[in-house]
Amino acid sequence: MLSRTADCLYWMARYTERAENTARMLDVSHQTSLLPQPEQFLEQSWKKLLTISKLEDDFGSKYDAINRHNVLDFMIYENTNPSSIVSCLYSARENARVIRGRITSEVWETQNTTWLELQTILVNRERSDHSRFLDWVKHRCHLVRGVIQGTMLKNEALYFLGIGTLIERADNTARILETKYEIQENLKQIPTKKELEEESGDSFFDFYHWASLLRSVSAFEIYRQIYSDQITPKKVAELLIFNPQMPRSLVSCVNELIPLMAAVRNQDSREIERLLGKLKASLEFSDIDEVFSQGLEEFMEVFLARINHIADDFSNTFLIPLAVA
Amino acid sequence: MLNEAGKARPHYRTFHRWLKQQSDTLMGLKRAEAELIFRRVGITFAVYGDDLGAERTIPFDQIPRIFSAQEWAQLEAGLRQRVQALNCFISDIYHAEAIIKAGIVPAEQIFNNAQYRPEMRNVDVPRDIYAQIAGIDIVRAGAGEFYVLEDNLRVPSGVSYMVEDRKMMMRLFPDLFQEQRIAPVEHYPDLLLECLKSVKPSDVKKPNVVVLTPGMYNSAYFEHTYLALQMGVELVEGKDLYVKNEQVFMRTTQGPERVDVIYRRIDDDFLDPLAFRSDSTLGVAGLLSAYRAGNVTLANAIGTGVADDKSIYPYVPEMIQFYLGEKPILNNVPTFQCRKPEDLAYTLAHLSELVVKETHGAGGYGMLVGPAASKAEIESFRVHLKANPEKYIAQPTLALSTCPTFVESGIAPRHIDLRPFVLSGKTVKMVPGGLTRVALKEGSLVVNSSQGGGTKDTWVLEK
Repeated sequence: MLSRTADCLYWMARYTERAENTARMLDVSHQTSLLPQPEQFLEQSWKKLLTISKLEDDFGSKYDAINRHNVLDFMIYENTNPSSIVSCLYSARENARVIRGRITSEVWETQNTTWLELQTILVNRERSDHSRFLDWVKHRCHLVRGVIQGTMLKNEALYFLGIGTLIERADNTARILETKYEIQENLKQIPTKKELEEESGDSFFDFYHWASLLRSVSAFEIYRQIYSDQITPKKVAELLIFNPQMPRSLVSCVNELIPLMAAVRNQDSREIERLLGKLKASLEFSDIDEVFSQGLEEFMEVFLARINHIADDFSNTFLIPLAVA
Repeated sequence: MLNEAGKARPHYRTFHRWLKQQSDTLMGLKRAEAELIFRRVGITFAVYGDDLGAERTIPFDQIPRIFSAQEWAQLEAGLRQRVQALNCFISDIYHAEAIIKAGIVPAEQIFNNAQYRPEMRNVDVPRDIYAQIAGIDIVRAGAGEFYVLEDNLRVPSGVSYMVEDRKMMMRLFPDLFQEQRIAPVEHYPDLLLECLKSVKPSDVKKPNVVVLTPGMYNSAYFEHTYLALQMGVELVEGKDLYVKNEQVFMRTTQGPERVDVIYRRIDDDFLDPLAFRSDSTLGVAGLLSAYRAGNVTLANAIGTGVADDKSIYPYVPEMIQFYLGEKPILNNVPTFQCRKPEDLAYTLAHLSELVVKETHGAGGYGMLVGPAASKAEIESFRVHLKANPEKYIAQPTLALSTCPTFVESGIAPRHIDLRPFVLSGKTVKMVPGGLTRVALKEGSLVVNSSQGGGTKDTWVLEK
C-alpha cells in the first residue's frame, strides 16, 4: 500500500476518534459545570480542558475570559483550532476523500454525510443545543467505526485504521487521567498515601469529580458493574489503566495494538514492535499501588512520552515521515 | 430523435414510444433521484474560479442519445483511422519529419509550437504509440455526416461520466434495457488496463501500472480515483514517486516498489520540475530522464499536445492521406487560420457568423461564439484577434444536431456533441459509446461542463 494512503487511513481514524473524545469531554464538562460548586473550581476545570489538548495559548489569542461559552465555542466550532470538533470532522472527511478508492463506498458516504449534515447544523449554530450536538457527534463517530468494521476487507487498510484509532484513544485516556488528577490535587491538596489507602476522600464534591471522569470515557456504568462500590480515585485509575476488559483502558489499547502492528510489519518496523512489547510488559507487571507510589502524574507523563514516541516512529516507518508532512 | 416530418427516426422508435407513456411527474422524480445519488456518492466536478460551488454535480439528463449500429460502425471506423494517423504524425515529427519534408505541414507550425517538446526528439516509445488514450469530439450535422470538432490527445477526461451515466440509466429505468439491446460500455476500465499493460517497457514482465493525479483539488479528481479503483491499480501523486538510477519507485508501507507504466493525468508542464516548470510541486523530479531511458512508459507520451493543437487540426485530413493512403472517413470543420492574412480578413468580416477559438485553448474558455455574442463582445474580441491573429482560428457554426432534453420548461431540443474514447495499445480498442455533452442553455453551442453543460447517456443499439 502507498505510504500516503496509509497516512490518510491512519489520520482519518485518529481524527474521527479525536472528534468523539472531544465531544465526550465537552459534554461531561458541560454537565458538571451546571452543578453547584465554587467559582474558582469552575474556571479551573474549563482551563484544564484546554490544557489537556495543549491549547491554552491558541485560546488566549482569541478570547479574553475562560468560561463555558468561550471554551465550548472554541472547542466545537473554531476552525483555527485543530482539535475542535469541526476541524476534526473536516480533517477526517478530507482524508477520506483522498483515499475514497481505498475505503468502501459505505465508509465514504458515512463520512461525507456527516460533513453535509454538519453544514446544516453550522447554519443554525446560534440556536443549537450543545448536548444534542455533542450526542450527534458521538453517534456519527460510532457509526463510522461500525461501518468500517462491518464493510471493510480485513486487510492492511483496516489495520492502519485500527492503529490510528487505538493510538488516539490511549493518548486521550492518559491525558484525561493526568489532567483530572492534577485538578484534584490542586484543589484539595495532594491526598496522602494513607488517605488513599483508606480510600477515603469521598465527599460529595469528589464523587462528581471522578464520576465525570468516568462518564467522559463511557465508564460510569462499567465502574459500578465491576466494583459495585464507592467511586475512589484509585479504583478509577485502576479501571482506566489496568482493566483489560475496559475498551478505553491503556492496557486494552496497547494489547490491541500489538497484533495490528505485527500484521503490517515491514523490514524496518522491529523497533516499534519492541517498544510496544516493552510498554505492554511494563503495564502487565505493574499495579495500581506501584503507580500511586510513583505518583499518577509522573506515571502518565512517562506513558504519554512512550506512546507518542511509538506513534512518531510509526509515522516515520510506514507513513509520510513527520518532517516531510 | 425526430426526422423532418416529426416522426421518430428508426433507432429512436422504441424509446420514443416509451417516453410518450411517461408522465412529467415521474420524469421529474427520477431527475431528483439522480441528482441525489450523484451528490451522495460524491460524483462531483470542481469548477475553477468559483469559490462557492467548489464541488458540483454535472447536470445529468435522462433522455439518452441513441446511435444505430450502422451509424456507429461508420463513426468507429473513422475514429480508428484518425487516431492511427495522429499517432503516426507525432512519431514522425519527433523522428524523420517526413510530413514536413513533403511540404504538407509547414515546419514553423510545428517547431514554433509551445507544445512541441525538443526533449522528445529521437526518443523511441513502446509500440511507437504516443496517444494511448484519445478523446475525439464529434458532432453530427446531417444523416451520416460526422464532423470532428477537436482531437484531445493530452489528458482527455470525462470517461467516468460515460460509465456512471450508464449505471444511472440502468438504475432509474431498468425496463428500457430489457426492451432493447444496448451495447455495454462498463468494461472500459478493463480495456484501459489492457492497453496500458501492452505499452510496458520491453524488459518488464509483469508491469506495475499506476494513475498519476495532481490531487484532490483537480476538477477531474473523481475520475482519477474512479479509474484507479476500477482498474485495481494505485492512484499516486507526485510526492509518492521518486526516481533513482533512472528508475521510478513509489513509497509504500512495505518499502520502495518499482513503477513501470504511468497513466498520467498531469500536463507535460508539471510532470518533472527538473525538465519543465521548476515551480511544479505536482510532478516527479527526474521523471523525464527515466522516461528517456525507456525504464517507464508515460501514457500519454510527452509532447502529444502539438498534434491536438487547433493550428494543426486543419492538416489532419491530409495526414490521413499521407500516412495511411486512405480517404478520411470523418470530416473536418472548415477552418480559417487567422495567421494567414486572407483568412484573417475573412474572419474579421464575418465575426458574427463564426466561432473563434484560441489555438491552445481548451475547456471552452477564451472563445467567441459569433451568433450568440453581443455587439460589444464581438468588438472587444476583435481587438484581441487583431493584436495576436496567430493565436486564433475561426470556424463556421454547423447546423449541429440536437437531442430532446429535459429542461425547466419540459422537454425541448438542445445542442449536443459526443466524445468517444479511443485506446491504442497492442491493438486499437473502443467501447461502443462515449460521453454525450449537452448545452443546457437554449440555443447555446457550448457544451463544456465548465460552462454549464450537462451529460447524457449514449446508446449504441446492437443489430
